[in-house]
Amino acid sequence: MLRLRNVNSFYGNIQVLKNINVEISRGEIITLIGANGAGKTTTLMTISGIVPARSGEVLFMEKPIHNMRPDIIVSLGISQVPEGRRIFPYLTVSENLDMGAFLRTDSENIKKDMEYIFELFPILGQRRNQPGKTLSGGEQQMLAISRAIMARPKLLLLDEPSLGLAPLIVKQLFEIIKKINIENQTTIFLVEQNANLALKVAHRGYVMENGRITLSDSAENLFSNENVKKAYLGL
Amino acid sequence: MEYFFELILGGLTRGSIYALIALGYTMVYGIVELINFAHGEIYMIGAFTALIFTSVLTLLGFNEIAVIVLASLLAVIYSSAYGYTVEKIAYKPLRNAPRLSPLISAIGMSIFLQNYVLLAQTSDFLPFPNLIPEFEFIKPYRHIIGSPEIIILLTTSIAMVLLTFLIKFTRIGKAMRATAQDRNMAMLVGVNVNRVISITFIIGSALAALGGVLIASHVGQINFYIGFIAGIKAFTAAVLGGIGSIPGAVLGALVLGLTESFATGYVSSDYEDVFAFGLLVLILIFRPAGILGRAAAQKV
Repeated sequence: MLRLRNVNSFYGNIQVLKNINVEISRGEIITLIGANGAGKTTTLMTISGIVPARSGEVLFMEKPIHNMRPDIIVSLGISQVPEGRRIFPYLTVSENLDMGAFLRTDSENIKKDMEYIFELFPILGQRRNQPGKTLSGGEQQMLAISRAIMARPKLLLLDEPSLGLAPLIVKQLFEIIKKINIENQTTIFLVEQNANLALKVAHRGYVMENGRITLSDSAENLFSNENVKKAYLGL
Repeated sequence: MEYFFELILGGLTRGSIYALIALGYTMVYGIVELINFAHGEIYMIGAFTALIFTSVLTLLGFNEIAVIVLASLLAVIYSSAYGYTVEKIAYKPLRNAPRLSPLISAIGMSIFLQNYVLLAQTSDFLPFPNLIPEFEFIKPYRHIIGSPEIIILLTTSIAMVLLTFLIKFTRIGKAMRATAQDRNMAMLVGVNVNRVISITFIIGSALAALGGVLIASHVGQINFYIGFIAGIKAFTAAVLGGIGSIPGAVLGALVLGLTESFATGYVSSDYEDVFAFGLLVLILIFRPAGILGRAAAQKV
């Protein structure tokens, strides 16, 4: 479904991604784990077209997308939940969700999807007329994921959804992520520092170090890999 | 007492014009964090275009009402095209440059447009015909308020209501607010940010041109330099109200208009600017973000 082939990305003169190769098939949950500054966020931003790749190819359903504008990429079916949630602070909860469905025109279904989200996260329904910035961290993360789902993406990019949240809420979130994957057949690319959690939900994983992919294997194998254990699982 | 009401109405009229221009400053600042110093020039170009179209349309034998409406409409369209082009030429290439660069580019654009009109037209003041007809029903109150004031207040109010509706309830309005709050995130939900920025410049320019036509017709003369002074005043109004805030710009403009009106009426017209800018200094000391401004949002 998504393929990154020898991708190199830069911030100014600094090369962040070095010959990245990633492959994601339909319906999978793939995780990308690595330390701070390894280039995980940049990988997602490159896929979304915010930090365009300087060389290499990004193929989505066999179509090259690395030269496309971010809004076109969204329209093809790739949505991202960026790091730090990035809720529109002065838009209400329902306006934030509306923005998620910005490119859709089927207003009947948008309404239905919004109801579905309020079922999934009742707290968002209660707060639908509150500005986004008044939500707690966990609520904002729920809203951020919901906003991305409102686009009915084929591929959902998640950047550190567990960051700064209480363990209980994190557990809830990961249940939902699994649910989205199974119920809607949404392919998920999950970037996480919390390797323990990520490897539990993912089918396969990639390990990133200093802008390079150093390992790629099934989640179970990565879980039992000695180096991964030492470096990322703290075992 | 009558004098007092006269001053209030005069102040509101003046404030309305400032508001029309200030909205352009504040909307553009809200979205690209740029003080568009060429904005006053768009207002001036609006006035000039209206003058040209008025002459042509009158010559072609259109009746009074048709001339006003068509000339204003054409001026608005023409100025919007200017605003759009200025953004594309002078600001878009500098979108990711340090913030000082587009600011300097804006000042350059302002000087360029002033001199362009100076060369293409004239350095003298040109008489501007009074486009607004005298209403019969206003005659008894003539000493307090005239038809131009009524038209200015009415047009401005309608423009404000339409703008509020656009920003609050339409798709493009929502996209504008989202872009102002978090540009990259807006891209990530599929907003074509370049288009939103263009539309913002177009709306701001249209409002400024409308202000240009109204005030030119009211004052009766224009020259290439009117944009500079009006621009500075409107910018002051926008800062007063809290730059980036749309209701703030309107409020700031009305406060500024009233202050000037009262300063002129009770002290002396020579002190009008002293009071206007004195007020700005006071507000900035006690409320640095402006009357309705909010302190810059902390990005987490």
